[in-house]
Amino acid sequence: MSAMEANAVTVAALWALILVPLLAAPIAWFAERGGGGRPRLVGLGAVLAQVAAVAVLLTGEVSAELAESGRRGAGAAAGLLAIDGLALPFVALTALTGLAALSASWSVTRRSGAHVALLLVVQAALACVFLADNIVLFYIAWESVLVPMYLLIGGWGSRNARAAAAKFLVFTFAGGAVLLVGVIAVLVGAGSSSIAVITAAGGVPGAGALLFWLLASGMLVKLPVVPVHTWLPDAHTEAPTAGSIVLAGVLLKMGGYGLIRIVLPFAPDALAGSGPVLVALGIVGVVWGAACAFVQTDLKRLVAYSSVAHMGFVAVAVGLATRVSLSAAVLTMVSHGLVAGLLFFLVGALYERAHTREISRFGGLGSIARIWSVAFVFASLASAGLPGLSGFPGEFATFIETYRAWGWWSLVLGAGIVLVAAYNLRGVRAIVQGPSGEISDVSDLGLRERVTAAVFAVCIVVLGVAPFLITVALEPFLNSIAYVTGGGR
Amino acid sequence: MSGLLRIDPLYLAVVPGILALVIALVGKRARLAAPLLALMGPLGTVAYGLASLQAIAAADDPFDPALGTSAAAAASPQRLWFVVGEDWFLRISTAVDSLAALMLLVVGVVAACVVVFSIGYLHGDPGWARYFAVISLFVGSMNLVVIAATLTTLFIGWELVGACSYLLIGFWFSKPSAAAAATKAFLTTRVGDVGLLAGIAILVTQAGTDVSSLVLDFVDTMPAGVVGAAAICLAIGAIGKSAQFPLHAWLPDAMEGPTPVSALIHAATMVAAGVYLTARLWPVFDAAPHAQMLLLTAGVISALGAALVAAIQRDIKKVLAYSTISQLGFMFAALGVGAWGAAFFHLMTHAAFKAMLFLGSGSVIHSVGTQDVHEMGGLRRVMPVTFGTWLIGALALAGIAPLSGFFSKDAVLESVWHASPVAGSALFVASAVTAFYAARVTRLVFFGTPNSDAHAHEASATMWVPLVVLALPAAVLGLVHGAVVEVLAVHAEPLSVPISAAALALAVIGGVAGWTASRGPVGDAATRRRLGTVGDTLAAAYHYDALVDRAVVRPAVAVCRGLWAAGDRLIVDGFTVLLALGASLAGRGLSRLHSGDAQAYAATIVAVAALALAAISWIGR
Amino acid sequence: MSALAVGGALFAIGLYGVLVRRDLVAVLASIEVMIAAPLLLLVSLGAAADGSSRVEAVALLLIVLAAAGAAVGLALVVAIARTARTTRIDELRQVSG
Repeated sequence: MSAMEANAVTVAALWALILVPLLAAPIAWFAERGGGGRPRLVGLGAVLAQVAAVAVLLTGEVSAELAESGRRGAGAAAGLLAIDGLALPFVALTALTGLAALSASWSVTRRSGAHVALLLVVQAALACVFLADNIVLFYIAWESVLVPMYLLIGGWGSRNARAAAAKFLVFTFAGGAVLLVGVIAVLVGAGSSSIAVITAAGGVPGAGALLFWLLASGMLVKLPVVPVHTWLPDAHTEAPTAGSIVLAGVLLKMGGYGLIRIVLPFAPDALAGSGPVLVALGIVGVVWGAACAFVQTDLKRLVAYSSVAHMGFVAVAVGLATRVSLSAAVLTMVSHGLVAGLLFFLVGALYERAHTREISRFGGLGSIARIWSVAFVFASLASAGLPGLSGFPGEFATFIETYRAWGWWSLVLGAGIVLVAAYNLRGVRAIVQGPSGEISDVSDLGLRERVTAAVFAVCIVVLGVAPFLITVALEPFLNSIAYVTGGGR
Repeated sequence: MSGLLRIDPLYLAVVPGILALVIALVGKRARLAAPLLALMGPLGTVAYGLASLQAIAAADDPFDPALGTSAAAAASPQRLWFVVGEDWFLRISTAVDSLAALMLLVVGVVAACVVVFSIGYLHGDPGWARYFAVISLFVGSMNLVVIAATLTTLFIGWELVGACSYLLIGFWFSKPSAAAAATKAFLTTRVGDVGLLAGIAILVTQAGTDVSSLVLDFVDTMPAGVVGAAAICLAIGAIGKSAQFPLHAWLPDAMEGPTPVSALIHAATMVAAGVYLTARLWPVFDAAPHAQMLLLTAGVISALGAALVAAIQRDIKKVLAYSTISQLGFMFAALGVGAWGAAFFHLMTHAAFKAMLFLGSGSVIHSVGTQDVHEMGGLRRVMPVTFGTWLIGALALAGIAPLSGFFSKDAVLESVWHASPVAGSALFVASAVTAFYAARVTRLVFFGTPNSDAHAHEASATMWVPLVVLALPAAVLGLVHGAVVEVLAVHAEPLSVPISAAALALAVIGGVAGWTASRGPVGDAATRRRLGTVGDTLAAAYHYDALVDRAVVRPAVAVCRGLWAAGDRLIVDGFTVLLALGASLAGRGLSRLHSGDAQAYAATIVAVAALALAAISWIGR
Repeated sequence: MSALAVGGALFAIGLYGVLVRRDLVAVLASIEVMIAAPLLLLVSLGAAADGSSRVEAVALLLIVLAAAGAAVGLALVVAIARTARTTRIDELRQVSG
């Protein structure tokens, strides 16, 4: 395959990632007329197409070329889409999470066509966020995630879903509005809309702290950092399982991805002043999220607050903005996507069977639903950052870098690490261990659910054993940007 | 045998890990396959350890003066694990030097015995496959700690053994007490692990690499304050893992796990990892007197304090657990005065006799169905093999010559006494108390009249064979002291007659006192009553759990709860709600203006237009 | 200048009527007064400027258009009066905050 052919394949794969789910969405909508089960098959096909496109990008000469040149654009003249080592892990995560979301909503019967269609629109928009090489397209995709997600939460969520959905919409929309101002400032200031061009030019000319925070505030709401995080527990808790999986799995990563892709390269000069603020916000987030998770009585809410804690690590790593810490940030995000995705999947499966998420009503599931329990313990340990699993490398490197830059402040992060273990073990102890609780007739995971959980588990182990898969892919990107301070040693 | 060394030592960690997965998948169907597969890891470990020792002994000049141990007999390539650019790596790498080879032997022998013992002990348990899978995973993880050649590898293994310990303490997870104990163990050691993590962060940052040998080479060039801080952090990690004061409270609770697990993890291997870590990274501690002081203090307090508690417990496993804390305290005291060779030798002998004592107690518990020593008695006739091996173990624990414990404890006492007579005397008292409780438990369990119903019986062969296998090193390991010192290339204080004689005399006195104080359950209870409040305090382990609960756990939970209720809900979310409320109120207020009166609108337009005109003409003046 | 003063006065009177009167017919009549003001200005200022009759032609056209508008307006008022049985503005209000 020549270089040109390889490029054509890349281009096709990039467009397929966005267009296939987008075009499949109306088909899924109308397919419901042919029977309630049809839409999910359409959805499965579309998401599998995404997976296949990712596989094309990951394998063969395309990826070899990626490693060499760092960035291969699609529609190079138009400058619309591009893929590199930074975008690839997130796109892969999107496809995988989509699969899990679909698997989790397999038994949705009420207006299944609309459900699947909205899910597919979200999938397309997410892929577009990660692939966009144009700041305007990026912004459009960014905002396009909102509405279908809002409808998903409000339409298929549990009791207080509407209020939660409104909260989600208002928070992220407010952040997005500020982001829009930032985007306009970029367009005016840089005279270009190409992310690659602006990055290569070393940022927007004259960009200071104002632009940094204009752009960052949208991302920070999405991430989220304390104190703009309160939409997250509500939305995650009330959303349908598929919604929670996509929210925790990919949606939060838009924030971290945006920080690394847009904010840091566009306003590098503001980093010296604003980076420490990000680190401080992150450290607060780790402790805050973990402490809140520790006292929750609702299982889903516990997992939701754990996301706040983990995204705190990401904020710290992004704020440090060294090559090591940025690699760690990406690893932490991908890992959290997998782990939180799996946790929400499991909690959703439990909710489907028991119709409650109240922790105190469960107990001793280890002898009632064995496979579920094994998976839950596995996911909890992964969430606690056990080495060998995906959460560890990112947090380990973040801790080392935090110590290098901030000295003993890293011990606050250490306190967070203990708390993170505490709430995870608390969940295991209350639900899996102990004598049987009030709810004791829960069936174990079925074949479809086992396969989904197994796929996630394999990914979690692979990433934990071989974090270099991501860090090596990131290298060209890290080399291409001007702002990165130091490379460790 | 040296052909074996051509195999990458990393497989010592990886293969048992993969076997664990296999056991988990097939163990339910083929019942005997589970222990057989789990046995492969330990046996391979023993073989590899022996081959390494042979290679080291055969080498001409095997010693690496910088490290104080031999050059590696086998090493794996440095695998880049976390790569950033050309110059920042975290690596996975392993190497087997003399220290690691000896430790591999300890791990392998004890683990093999425990696996065989468990076949009988856990017969018919529904968690059969799970048990052997986690044991196999543990062996792999422990091997990783032992042979780690980079700090990253070390930390990975370190955390994994903790997780295996968590899973095995909570093996009978339906018991609330087991679940609580597992959580407590994991969290307490996690506190120590954060210390270790910080220590590693300091060393990696300073040295710019995570390769242990390079880091240790760099120690001389680092600022003294930084090395001191790193050493203190590492010491905290070691203290947490080895259940030393003040992070010791998890170990007695960890006895909720199956007894063979206690023998393997909570007596011989994992809890000894703290000692091993300190010996491994000794150059860091060598340059840090404060960290040595910390080790010594923690060690002496643990040695004496835990021995006193062990002397009064009625639960046989609790006795052994506090005894383990106490014996590890001896090792830490030796580390604190720089005698890591003596500490490591005591680690080896302790692993042998304490693992055997635990397995022996398992055999007894399996037989009589209780853990209360007052409900046992006269078992020496019905369980002769268990009794014989127990006696060897108890005498070794008490430090009676010529059993292994005598030599190793003597080496510890020797070095501590010379460095600090105060700490040395405390350890002398502790060793007398050790002999006291060893004699007491032996008499209550195996002598006197049978207390429980007469269904006690000797254990099956799978259970007593491991006891006999472990009895051998427990008895004679002391004789190889010289060889161990030589292969570790460590300076050791020569054993002096006055110290040895004093130690032996104190052991005998303590033993006789323990024997007389515990004439049957009635006599033991009488002794206990005579102690009054002191006895109550000791029986409750100084109320340390309650203290921690009141001083740490409850405040922490209260802070979390407060942070959530007041910080998250009331202030942050309240602010959001307030904002929303404000917006909706403002909307309602402004909507008053929307009266529907077209003439009012028109009047407004006119007024505004007039104002605008006035403003424009004013500005454009 | 007197034309300007008279025109301004006419416009102000008309505006006052539009804003204050509550009867639709009166409002309509006030609007006609307001229209008269610019017409007056147009004619007087136009005559002063070039003296031709072009301006008067435009003024005539505007008067016709105003008359047409008034006719349509009155027709609407009649229709409203029939359905709502009132021509008072404050009683016709249907939207309110």
